[in-house]
Amino acid sequence: MNRDTRRTRVLLALLLVTSVALVLIDHRAADESPLDGVRGAAAAVFGPVEQVAAAIAGPVSDAVDGVSSIGDDADEVDRLRRRNEELTRRLRTGELDRNRAAQLDSLLHVAATGRYRVVPAQVIAIGAAQSFSWTVTIDAGTRDGVRADMTVLDGDGLVGRVKTAGPSTATVLLAVDPESSVGVRLEGSMEVGFTTGQGIDDDGALDLRLLDGQSTVAPGDRLVTFGSQGDTPYVPGVPVGVARRVQGSPGSQTRTAVVEPYVDFTALDLVGVVVEPPRTDPRDAVLPPRPTPSESTPRPTVTVTVQPGGRR
Amino acid sequence: MSAPRVALTAVLVVVALALQVTFLSRLPLPGATPDLVLLVVVATALSGGPTVGLLTGFAAGLALDLVPPADHEVGRWALVLTVVGYLSGLTQVESRRSAFVPLVVVAAAAVGSVLLYAGVGALLDDPNVTWSAVTDLLPTALVYDVVLSAFAVPAVLALSRRVEHEAVLR
Repeated sequence: MNRDTRRTRVLLALLLVTSVALVLIDHRAADESPLDGVRGAAAAVFGPVEQVAAAIAGPVSDAVDGVSSIGDDADEVDRLRRRNEELTRRLRTGELDRNRAAQLDSLLHVAATGRYRVVPAQVIAIGAAQSFSWTVTIDAGTRDGVRADMTVLDGDGLVGRVKTAGPSTATVLLAVDPESSVGVRLEGSMEVGFTTGQGIDDDGALDLRLLDGQSTVAPGDRLVTFGSQGDTPYVPGVPVGVARRVQGSPGSQTRTAVVEPYVDFTALDLVGVVVEPPRTDPRDAVLPPRPTPSESTPRPTVTVTVQPGGRR
Repeated sequence: MSAPRVALTAVLVVVALALQVTFLSRLPLPGATPDLVLLVVVATALSGGPTVGLLTGFAAGLALDLVPPADHEVGRWALVLTVVGYLSGLTQVESRRSAFVPLVVVAAAAVGSVLLYAGVGALLDDPNVTWSAVTDLLPTALVYDVVLSAFAVPAVLALSRRVEHEAVLR
């Protein structure tokens, strides 16, 4: 059993052929793979395991013994030290709660301005970087009304879309994944284009490609989703990001720019799944207020120092 | 492979998988994710030999391919980890003689698994696999896996010995 025998090599060949066959079947089928059923079953079984693991691995606060005897000075010091720790812990968890509340607030604010109906969810698992795909698992699934190809957003803007949904969890394809392509519209104008993810290159920026070569995009231009046909996978009017560097010479077929997304994809926590799209396109009404010019361009001040006597 | 041994390996793979997607991948580390599943496969192969290694690798890889949030073709990690498990198992005798051998095996497995997985992706025209992405991952994958193996590999080896020992006593 422990030696590298003929039997071992046959087994090796058999399993390698099986793996290659699985890869090819799954690759060919792309959208409707016969292996989707197995994937769904795995999500149904392992999703709850991930929820439990995420709950344990999350911020674990130390259990502080409440009872302590009061006697000599050492005990008193010990008691006060514990009390101090307890209060610090309460303060910290209070901050965490306030943070959560603020996140939920901004999420609901986006939902209210855009009139989306949103199911809130927590990110519980993230794929390994070695798998070269930008996907996360959230703790809401078909039981919460989440289906494949729904828009996922957070308080800042577009996160991605639901790729597959299990009973209690769903897998979200992030907008930074190179396979993800989002139709967008420039703020104010009707110019449309597409953003595609760049993966881990270039700090999670997106590539913007405008369809009309004559149209212009300037650094600082803001983007919202254009809205897909039938509102799947992307509902209209979700803030996407800000154009930063513009590339491409005038006269070329398409205009390209690098877009900095509003969402920080490395620190995703609370997100929302749009289960009911807005009845009318909110356009760019959900974009954060534009900074006033006085804030964005500080006036330079020059200090002139005159010394009596002129030159030294 | 005895029944308790199979059960132990299954539990180790599930725990490693859960830890990897919910905890290790969320650590604010640059580059790669510490690959605990890979380390469980390598350690099991080191203690059990090539046959045990390739079977564990295939099973763990298939789990990694299916468990959310996996999005790639099913079979990619299964293919990679079958090879890793088999090759690690071949060093079973040598790794008992020296503590240095498992370290070299882990380092080779960390680099080899990233390259092989990316290679399969390149053959399938995966747009996410770029040369710069691979070179970004390799050094960090090597460092994290070697450091983590200092704890994970001896733990798995000790557990396997204990389970085998109890099986013999019965």
